[in-house]
Amino acid sequence: MARYLVQRIGQALLVVWLAYTLVFLAVQLLPSDPVTIFLTVDSAVDQAAIDTMKSQYGYDQPLVVQYLHQLAGLFSGDFGYSLASGQSVRDRISGVAGSTVALAGSAFVTAVVIAVLLVAAATLTRSGVVRRVLVNLPPLFSAIPVFWLGLVLLELLSIRWGVMSLFPDGSFLSLAVPVLVLAIIVSAPLAQVLLKSVSHVYDQPFIDVLRAKGASRSWIFFRHALKNAAGPALTITGITVGTLFAGSVITETVFARSGLGSVVLQAVTTQDVPLVQGLVLLTATVFVVVNLVVDLLYPLLDPRILKSNGQGAPRALTA
Amino acid sequence: MTPPDASLPLIVPDTGPTAAGSPPATGAAGPSVPALRPSRRRHGPVGNPALWLTALPLTVIVAWAVAPEWFTAYSPLDGVPSENFQAPNATHLFGTDHLGRDVFSRVVFGTRQTLLTAGFAVIIGLVVGTIIGLVAATAGRAADATAMRLVDVLLAVPGFLISLVIVTAFAPGPVSLGIGVGIASIASFARVVRSEVLRVRNLDFVEASFLNGGTYRSVVVRHILPNAAGPVLALLAVDLGAAILAISGLGFLGFGAPPPTPEWGLLIAEGRQYLGSAWWLTSLPGVVIVVAVILLAALGRRLLKTFRI
Repeated sequence: MARYLVQRIGQALLVVWLAYTLVFLAVQLLPSDPVTIFLTVDSAVDQAAIDTMKSQYGYDQPLVVQYLHQLAGLFSGDFGYSLASGQSVRDRISGVAGSTVALAGSAFVTAVVIAVLLVAAATLTRSGVVRRVLVNLPPLFSAIPVFWLGLVLLELLSIRWGVMSLFPDGSFLSLAVPVLVLAIIVSAPLAQVLLKSVSHVYDQPFIDVLRAKGASRSWIFFRHALKNAAGPALTITGITVGTLFAGSVITETVFARSGLGSVVLQAVTTQDVPLVQGLVLLTATVFVVVNLVVDLLYPLLDPRILKSNGQGAPRALTA
Repeated sequence: MTPPDASLPLIVPDTGPTAAGSPPATGAAGPSVPALRPSRRRHGPVGNPALWLTALPLTVIVAWAVAPEWFTAYSPLDGVPSENFQAPNATHLFGTDHLGRDVFSRVVFGTRQTLLTAGFAVIIGLVVGTIIGLVAATAGRAADATAMRLVDVLLAVPGFLISLVIVTAFAPGPVSLGIGVGIASIASFARVVRSEVLRVRNLDFVEASFLNGGTYRSVVVRHILPNAAGPVLALLAVDLGAAILAISGLGFLGFGAPPPTPEWGLLIAEGRQYLGSAWWLTSLPGVVIVVAVILLAALGRRLLKTFRI
């Protein structure tokens, strides 16, 4: 167990460090430095202004110093400074992140509920037609553009039927509809993986034993099959972080909610490279942490993972 | 384990004049063993009706991109101002917008921009992903570890953000968008190529090709890559759908082609201003996106079934 723990945590740190290094290198590959890009976004400015700002933000220092300085900052939660507002990226983000985290979090919980209910209904129904419809829902969900679904619901609920306000006013619907829109998109991969692993579990002999002992269909599904099928769906959970982030940004734009979405849009339109860089590092860290938690939870669900040390890496291909 | 299509490339005689790296045995064995064909054939990619059922509507969409003027009589850019805000009807299938432009014609003409950007993105993902996956699977343990950590990093940063970084650095536009979405799709291609190459390289015929005097390059290019191509092709279809979704989402946020150009995501974004009065401006182009992405995903699943046992 300890070995597994150390291995996974080390791997996570390595990925965060690599992500940081790659982003740093990518910024160096830009046609010019972030300050010049930012200041020349709509008009030409004199070189003196560029130089002053460069030295303010430390872009005039040697690359190695910049690299180490920013890397050290990363571990103390310092993600650099926004060029547009002069605020630190952390302040800029933490001011609005709460509403995005609330949206993404409730959407994720809703997505899990949708996925489990969908898979339960598809497994327990006795009607072949219903099952076929349910099984085809996740591929449909994953083909729907988030912004389109949001706009169609907005059109129907606010304009056609008038039950929801166009702008967030704190009412139940104005909170629930964005969550539902995001949840539908996120539930698709969860439901697809869960469907597959549930059908895999139903092929195993212990299900026959349960049936022979007289367990009801729903008892078998909820008490036994679901628990055994949860593993693969859990690993997919980590991957939904990216979908949740992108979906939140777009959903917030559609429903005029405040949150990270507006920061992201502003950062991109003003070409504020350090702010975007900070956002990337932050989401990468969140992604790695979520996946680490998933990996650490996995042995509790399925202890067999600790036994298998994985197959060795492939040799070089030669005659 | 039966090597499914392993025998086919071996019995294809060498026709090309590339004498340098060609295994000497293939030319000699080629024409004399017609009996090696499998006795009971699965549906090949050509004779599969279900495949055609998904491929046919996709062909229509591709045709929209190639020759949009064949499918609509209206101009996508010049409207008739007196005919603005018409609900969908027999002459204007998807209605008209605020300038009296035919929305269906804008969707049809927008296909080219959307497909070009998505195709560009997928090709970046395919080429770079294949190289990384191939190196990981064939160049030894250190290369595998390095390549896979790189893939982990690419997976750790959401594709959406990678696209945003590129767009921020190089100003919004279809090219930056394509590069961004393409980089985001490298990871999935690298993973599939790696696992497929790992499967194929352990088959007997690979050893046989080495015994026949094949070099690393000739074996990889002539034998391993063609036999690993099936699932990659399937991923290509699925990923094209995903790229269309990502690009329309970023186009909706205003990071794609500039406004007068018709593009699927941009069409929906423009219609957003008239959500109250003209529902068809947002709803109908969106239906086209959904249908295209579903068809591509279905094509991907069919291809996977056709190529995998």
